[in-house]
Amino acid sequence: MALTDFSAEEQIAAVVAGETSSVELVAAHLARVEHDEWNSFLAVDRERALARAKEIDGLATRPPLAGVPIAIKDALSTRDLVTTAGSKMLEGFRPIYTATCVARLEAAGAVIIGKTNMDEFAMGSSTENSAYGPTLNPWDLTRVPGGSSGGSASSVAARQVPWSLGSDTGGSIRQPAALCGIVGMKPTYGAISRYGLIAFASSLDQVGPFARTVRDAALLLSHMVGRDPMDATSLEWTEPIRVPSATRLDGVRVGVIEELMSDGIEPGVRAACQSTIDMVEALGGTVVPIALPHAGYGLATYYLIAPAEASANLARFDGIRYGHRTADADVLLEHYERTRAEGFGPEVKRRIMLGTFALSSGYYDAYYGQAQRVRTLIMRDFAEAFAQVDVVASPTSPSTAFRLGERTADPLSMYLSDICTIPISLAGLPSLSIPCGLSEGLPVGLQLAGPAFSENRLLEVAHALELAIGFDDAPQGVGV
Amino acid sequence: MSDVQWEAVIGIEIHAQLLTATKMFCGCALSFGDPANTHTCPVCLAHPGALPVVNAEAIRLALIAGHALGCEIPERSVFSRKNYFYPDLPKAYQISQFDEPICGPGRFRFLTEDGEKFLGITRAHLEEDAAKLNHFGGEGRRADALGSVVDFNRGGTPLLEIVTEPELHNGTDAAAFLKQLRQTLVHLGITDGSMEQGSMRADANISIRPMGVTTLGTKTELKNMNSFTFLERGIAAEIERQIGIVESGGTVTQETLHYEPTTGHITSLRSKEEAHDYRYFPEPDLVPVVPDRGWVDEIRAALPELPVDRRDRWMREYGLTFEDAEVLSEPAALGDYFEQVAAVAPPKSAANWVRGDLRAFLRERGQEPWESDVPPAAVAQIISMVEAREISMPSAKQVLAHVVEHGGDPKEVVASLGLGAIQDESALIAIVDALIAANPEQAAQLRDGKDKLVGFFVGQAMKATQGRADPGRIGELVRERVAAS
Repeated sequence: MALTDFSAEEQIAAVVAGETSSVELVAAHLARVEHDEWNSFLAVDRERALARAKEIDGLATRPPLAGVPIAIKDALSTRDLVTTAGSKMLEGFRPIYTATCVARLEAAGAVIIGKTNMDEFAMGSSTENSAYGPTLNPWDLTRVPGGSSGGSASSVAARQVPWSLGSDTGGSIRQPAALCGIVGMKPTYGAISRYGLIAFASSLDQVGPFARTVRDAALLLSHMVGRDPMDATSLEWTEPIRVPSATRLDGVRVGVIEELMSDGIEPGVRAACQSTIDMVEALGGTVVPIALPHAGYGLATYYLIAPAEASANLARFDGIRYGHRTADADVLLEHYERTRAEGFGPEVKRRIMLGTFALSSGYYDAYYGQAQRVRTLIMRDFAEAFAQVDVVASPTSPSTAFRLGERTADPLSMYLSDICTIPISLAGLPSLSIPCGLSEGLPVGLQLAGPAFSENRLLEVAHALELAIGFDDAPQGVGV
Repeated sequence: MSDVQWEAVIGIEIHAQLLTATKMFCGCALSFGDPANTHTCPVCLAHPGALPVVNAEAIRLALIAGHALGCEIPERSVFSRKNYFYPDLPKAYQISQFDEPICGPGRFRFLTEDGEKFLGITRAHLEEDAAKLNHFGGEGRRADALGSVVDFNRGGTPLLEIVTEPELHNGTDAAAFLKQLRQTLVHLGITDGSMEQGSMRADANISIRPMGVTTLGTKTELKNMNSFTFLERGIAAEIERQIGIVESGGTVTQETLHYEPTTGHITSLRSKEEAHDYRYFPEPDLVPVVPDRGWVDEIRAALPELPVDRRDRWMREYGLTFEDAEVLSEPAALGDYFEQVAAVAPPKSAANWVRGDLRAFLRERGQEPWESDVPPAAVAQIISMVEAREISMPSAKQVLAHVVEHGGDPKEVVASLGLGAIQDESALIAIVDALIAANPEQAAQLRDGKDKLVGFFVGQAMKATQGRADPGRIGELVRERVAAS
């Protein structure tokens, strides 16, 4: 077994036991990062990563994350390390500050090894909207890894790093985690500071971990949560995140979202999820069918709110202070039009147009206003569900990894990739995806979600199920 | 030609920069005149991923202003994004407030020579200022500039925007309102109120309608009036322009106008068709502001006497004229000084001395009363001596001039300079008699009824006594002695 096959937790233990060093770990992972056949990475920080590893190895007391390497989604601002958000608009852009969550991980002893590929400004479900070429799914190089955090997911699946950070607006952590056969978690909205996360849709965006085990995901999460004075929407976190150890589900009530186990879901996906749900009772839990009457409006609601917020969030990319700037403009209006026409890709432009329209005078109430009202109804659905159950379960994605190019011509079919994850995002709830089996050789993800702030219970449930499932497959040619 | 009487309807929008230490949504210092772009950070430069955080001090100042404007303070207020592209707006949206402002409807009392008036306040809300564009080349204006550069030091400065109801009818009242609003805000430490430097700016919405009509006509928005005089003149010019259009058969178009104070010209900046759709929506990066009610009440209770109440009190209790009260109320430190004098001396005399000779003498030395070494008690003492006829008015001025110049206790100054009034009646009679003897011709004319010659003798007597005589008493004696001689 190679160093790169160990979980982060095992790597930390090995460093602490003196069996390896941060420098060795970083070097071993760098070797895989630098032969990046999946196009997981947009930037690699070789020199600084090794220097930082050396520094950590020299410390008398090792920091909690012991110099284990990590990959960061390119949507997170990293000082002096090129940060593009997958866009030509920010080609070569070196930020002047580091995102709070990244700084917290660095302070805890994580070593940033590089920045991962993503759909441009996190808009997409396949990483095909990256201005720097698509990321390939380690399970099948002709298929997408999901998105928008596709590079972060593929890098963990391909053992380029033991864990990584992604961001999830409508499913951008959970869906690629499912398609790449790993764990991906989106915590409660406000759990992790968004300061330094390049905004897509501010009321939905959340940072979260990718890992190959639930315990690793919990460990990473534990070092990021909590109030940040730089983010007014971040929350005080009173109960620390614990690394879970539950093996049983005694007394846990699991609600199965009926609407998300229906015809819209691929049979192979449904079967894998059902077989996991069938394990719940044997572990001491109960299974209850749950209805979310308004979940069906989730996609439409999301595609009004997210583009509306994005249309304002992306307006700052005007070529005046940083980023792409047209070479060819005589007057101000022309400067704006050309800079943005040249810098943004088609999906970003589509969503800016959608959002601008949804906020226009005379249309606001019918679109953005109405979407906010439906969002409230969806939240209420979940509140009612959580009066009956502790967690809800559903497939993470309606399908396994689809082929490159399969959905690019039809935006709506692409949008439907997130149909299972979006309602939870709209409600701001914590949720994670764990691998629960294979369908025709491709991984399937089971999505679990709980009420706000229920991260610890959610992680315990996920841990017990993870053990019961015993998913130990890896992409061909990768790992053991 | 019609003989319609026109009524103008005017509402004012005021932007005041708040006197906070830092910007509205980041920790950068507010500092003017420093080298360009030295007070900036990822937040106020709108770098990718940066987020705003509300300045609590700005909230406090807005609440103070709200109370002073007689506004309701809603349970919660919400920040919104106002979207438009311009190089001085780095996020391409201004964080402002839209349908849930920090201060709700209110009523502001102000004084005019015709008595007190009230102006409805529609709302007051918080927002951030734009950065400053500097144009270089050409005349330094945008139109003929070779290029423009942005200084982000000002970007993100907290602003309070106050919107009034359209209840004013002329530029004079508008100027009186704005003057007293400014005075109130400055007095409360909310803004420095400098209109020349742009820390307080006013725009006017103006329409006209035939007298007696209650609906509103089409309004125009007049910008850039950076003094009370310009506001008054600009409004008058715009009213005249609108009446001219309507009386010659035209219609007023809704547009934004620029008033050029040097020429008095009004030019169009943009018409309604060119107006922005700002696409306001609630700012998702901020949570609603829900000020603690106890805190709100505490702020209200701690509110000092407002300038308008003070002026009103001076007029009612001290019998000051509108003009005296107006002059003495600005700045507040002058009013404080005056009140210390008036606490001891008769207020009307205190007003005359403080706004008159004291200020004039000090100004020659580049000083103002409240920053000078002349204590209010000294001024009060001089006034008391005049009242007690211990010194004459001309002597009193000499004493004051001496105290301003060299300091010292007025009583001692009177003694050392020998300025005490000549109280000895026989001495005064001797002086008057001597003058009558020395000027027989004038005495004869006076005796024949040429009464204004009393003044001649009083003048001579004052000269002879170096002003130490009481001119009133001298006048009486002149009449008596001339008649008797």
